[in-house]
Amino acid sequence: MGSGIGAAMAVKPDLKIELGKQGVFVTTISDLYNWGRKNSVWPMQFGLACCAIEMIATTMARYDLARFGAEVFRPSPRQADLMIISGTVTKKMAPQVVRLYNQMAEPKYVIAMGACAISGGPFKQGYNVLKGIDRYIPVDVHIPGCPPRPEALIHAFMTLQAKIDEQPLTGSERPRHLDAEAQGEFPIPVQGAHDLEPPVNRLVWPLPAPAVIGTDAENCG
Amino acid sequence: MTATAFKSYRPPIIEADGDGEVLEVAMGPHHPSTHGVFRMDVALDGERVIRLKPVFGYLHRNHEKIAEKGSYLASMPYTDRLDYFCSLTNNWAYALAVEKLAGLEVPERAEYIRVITAELTRIQNHASAIGFLMQEMGASGTPLMYAFREREKILDLFEELTGSRMMCNYMRFGGCRSELPTGWLEKVKVIVAGFPAFIDEIEALLTSNEILMARAQGVGVLTPELAVNAGITGPMLRAAGVNYDIRKVDHYGIYDRFTFRVPLGDHGDIYDRYMIRVLEMRESIGILEQAIRDIPAGPIMDPKSKIRGFRPKVGEAYGRIEAPKGELGFYLISDGTSNPYRYRVRPPSLINLTVLEDMCLGQNVADVVLIFGSVDIVLGEVDR
Repeated sequence: MGSGIGAAMAVKPDLKIELGKQGVFVTTISDLYNWGRKNSVWPMQFGLACCAIEMIATTMARYDLARFGAEVFRPSPRQADLMIISGTVTKKMAPQVVRLYNQMAEPKYVIAMGACAISGGPFKQGYNVLKGIDRYIPVDVHIPGCPPRPEALIHAFMTLQAKIDEQPLTGSERPRHLDAEAQGEFPIPVQGAHDLEPPVNRLVWPLPAPAVIGTDAENCG
Repeated sequence: MTATAFKSYRPPIIEADGDGEVLEVAMGPHHPSTHGVFRMDVALDGERVIRLKPVFGYLHRNHEKIAEKGSYLASMPYTDRLDYFCSLTNNWAYALAVEKLAGLEVPERAEYIRVITAELTRIQNHASAIGFLMQEMGASGTPLMYAFREREKILDLFEELTGSRMMCNYMRFGGCRSELPTGWLEKVKVIVAGFPAFIDEIEALLTSNEILMARAQGVGVLTPELAVNAGITGPMLRAAGVNYDIRKVDHYGIYDRFTFRVPLGDHGDIYDRYMIRVLEMRESIGILEQAIRDIPAGPIMDPKSKIRGFRPKVGEAYGRIEAPKGELGFYLISDGTSNPYRYRVRPPSLINLTVLEDMCLGQNVADVVLIFGSVDIVLGEVDR
């Protein structure tokens, strides 16, 4: 069931069942809309490294991601609404990842699959490895692991579905594409003299909270 | 040595016909067919490829430098992530180099375990390679589904043995990490007994398939001369008709005890590369059957080997194996400290890609996808 305004206007479950018996199906636009979206997420055919093989295994016979309405991996970002960042994002590849994300149609979601995509993982000390793709684009679900098992990707997929289901269509929590003020495209980093510029996108990776100076007793309140 | 001893190699230059404009296309780094982050800058005259420049580095993860910073054992898990289809053979190549450096002896039982895991790795790698090649040919689904169905069976075995499906970190300097789980060999036996039926199934589906023959025969030809000069190894070299298999010529491990043949191709085209992989899987099944039959009881670790404070004496060593994709070698220099002074990987995927332009020149752009698929690369190993 949805939340927010949609949930407030939702029909009581008992009444809904009773009406259903009479052949009358009652729902809210929000629930219907989210139900449609969550059951037809189309991932982009996009793999970066080791995790991509587990992503492929998830779509194959044993794990069968098709059960979730996510059967077809789309070879074009224009036809996809889920980007699974599966593998190590290097600084040479990061601009392409952000560009492809920008080209995807709204509403769009991102799953960061594996330790490298989240934080750089085992290659974090490498000068060429990005310390997490969430520095440039908003990530909806993170999956830890190196690589995560297909079951973990399926769990992330179900988590994303729950998240879509909960999304209100109005109010401050509404999706980006329903917010005229929201920014849909994110700046693409370029190769600078020493590092990617800008080093992070402050819209999605805000500055850490300033350190509080004082005694422990004061801090703990 | 005279100057003529080194004959510099230049790819043949194909000129545009002049009846159309030359179109430069960047295939990748994200392209459905590159199955990884790899770019090919292709110059096209109509549909015909007149130039092709591979662009590497989109997955450069500093593997070699990280290994030089850490201890010898610490880079073992990084080798899993080189060619992430074949983590166990990567383990073996690295362990072999360190064993040469430190003068360690591997017990007999551990050698047999290594052969069993390596040949299982070869089967699942070749099955996946064929599946991906057919995917790129447009057979979307069926062959890859079949290949991954078998691969999952092998991954189950690996998971039971090592605790991980893909990143199987199992081998140690001087042997293997742990004894085989109870009943593991019986499970291997059952699964190996099922493989001939799988290969028959793949062959019935593909080998005399009209579309495969039309698109693969005579396409992407690699001549034996060029293959040898460019340092190509593995199934690509053998598809070109050159009889070279490190299992036969170097006898690393205990490969001299097994009876198996080295299949060879005639034409060096995509079809031969497909066929070689099918035949190698059949030979691997034979090796597995012999290894399971002969495996002795005994220790699995050299008592001289130690995990903590491992400092090989000053020297250098090169360990190499016949990985599923070709010669995988590790070159190590020790300065007597606990981490290698120099650590260098000789990856088959990168070296095999050097002839990509030669194989693609004059072919259609649609064939580039197939030729690339038939090389069977993994980008983790190309860029490292």
